[in-house]
Amino acid sequence: MAKILVFAEQRDGKVSGVAREAVSVAAGLAGPLAADVEVLALGGAGLADAAADLARFGAAAVSVGEHDALAEYNPDGYAGVVVDHVRKGDYAAILFGATTLGKDLAPRVAATLDVPLATDVTGIEAEGGKLSIVRPVYAGKAFATVEIEARPVIASLRPNVFPAVESAAEGAVSTFAPQVDPTSWKVRVVERRQASAGALDVSEATIIVSGGRGMKDPSHWGLLEGLRDALGHGTALGASRAVVDAGWRPHGEQVGQTGKTVAPKLYFAVGISGAVQHLAGMRTAKTIVAINRDADAPIFNVADYGIVGDLFEVVPRLTEEIAALRADS
Amino acid sequence: MNLIVCIKRVPDTETRIRVDASGKDIDESGVKYIISPYDEYALELALRTREAAGRGEVTVVTLGDSAAQETLRKALAMGADKALLLSAAPVADGLATAKALAAELTGVEAPLVLMGVKASDDDQQQVGPMLATLLDRACVTGVASFEVAEGKVVCHREVEGGTEIVEATLPAVLTVTKGEHEPRLASLKGIMAAKKKPLEEKTAEVPVSRLQVRALAEPPARPPGRVVGEGAAAVSELVRLLREEAKAI
Repeated sequence: MAKILVFAEQRDGKVSGVAREAVSVAAGLAGPLAADVEVLALGGAGLADAAADLARFGAAAVSVGEHDALAEYNPDGYAGVVVDHVRKGDYAAILFGATTLGKDLAPRVAATLDVPLATDVTGIEAEGGKLSIVRPVYAGKAFATVEIEARPVIASLRPNVFPAVESAAEGAVSTFAPQVDPTSWKVRVVERRQASAGALDVSEATIIVSGGRGMKDPSHWGLLEGLRDALGHGTALGASRAVVDAGWRPHGEQVGQTGKTVAPKLYFAVGISGAVQHLAGMRTAKTIVAINRDADAPIFNVADYGIVGDLFEVVPRLTEEIAALRADS
Repeated sequence: MNLIVCIKRVPDTETRIRVDASGKDIDESGVKYIISPYDEYALELALRTREAAGRGEVTVVTLGDSAAQETLRKALAMGADKALLLSAAPVADGLATAKALAAELTGVEAPLVLMGVKASDDDQQQVGPMLATLLDRACVTGVASFEVAEGKVVCHREVEGGTEIVEATLPAVLTVTKGEHEPRLASLKGIMAAKKKPLEEKTAEVPVSRLQVRALAEPPARPPGRVVGEGAAAVSELVRLLREEAKAI
């Protein structure tokens, strides 16, 4: 029987959220493609325990490759193991998460297997045995429906778009020892630096608090950090292009066409007017809140809820009320 | 040190995208075109590398139709030495694009090939690592800055929640993201000089695209925005709506 492979990303031995989403997507495609879902996770010793969780989302099998040299991502090492694995079976499709890692790894695998790749996919459906794939282009100003005429179909899925759905059946977990030769790798990670301890990236967040020019000065970001902390786990800080260009915030936080395109459940645009290129990057957020002095700011056209007013009065009150709400619940 | 920078002609990021009558492409009327912003960052890093080395050439390459000549001239005006137009209609299949570039770059003496981390039109973010794979070269993606050392390149790379320092053997392909250096503006002198710099044109060997765009659509309209109220007095109502209506907190 053909299989759909889901590459499950791990960091520090923890499986990423988009892996659960990708397994759920694969489970939905399994029937129409007449295929079983298999998960492939790569990492250091002990990863099997964490990866076993993915068996609850509709995977018939979870294959965990454990090797000390794969504990942290290496593009050459990981691509080699994924390609070797795919060549041993009959795969109708391979799904990755469209994270920094997935965007680095999937093109290498696709080029080696000589098949095209659809990246950052936000919709995927089986139609008559073929896959119809939807992906944003122009940073979300338009959506392209694409078809790949090759097998396996390779796609990377945008995080936070697809629901993770638990399944009644529980798949089998197995481990294997991948063949790797680190001396042949052309790329080596020398050092990893965390931006700040535990800070969540804007592309992984379920809630984003973004600030723009209206914040007036980088020293005012404590206000947004306070709101982020009140909203709790899963919240990240974002920024408009203007404040990144001004050097107030790092580029990693930038939301928009020359930054990241995000799809959180909740997006706060604080002191952001809403330039076309910013709106492109966040308009697929489920709920958008805008706080801005200027009632005519374009951000209010897309905001589900807007408050017209001074953010320096609104944000502290908002932080207080959300903190109180969370303390009650 | 010779460097190659792959660039792409794309609509200005301020453009409002409208779908044309075919339903598969954008309406090009009134659209202003630019060098894809990330490719400009790549070009800036290439120019700085050449300047620091004090020798070598920066060659800009693009795959596109004759309109891309203007894009190449802009890159020459910024300071690139030579330009190459691989003449072909751009395709949606990133692997086909990578193969056309690989066919041209195989055997070319250039320790570094740079390009933007992604093009700001189709956002595929794949041609760089595909090209490196086809050429059997090292590849680092999302590079904000790099230094060339003996036989290797040391890259600073953006990842979720932090940065990485990555070493790659030369020759290498690097995809570049925004770093500390803004792309330089072309000077009048640069613009004049660009007219005399070599711009070669040759027909590209682009394989058949196996990724087809069936339809292009504008994003679903969001429901019209709603203003909850004014100032801090509106916060309680906002919080109620977020909890009870949107179920977002």
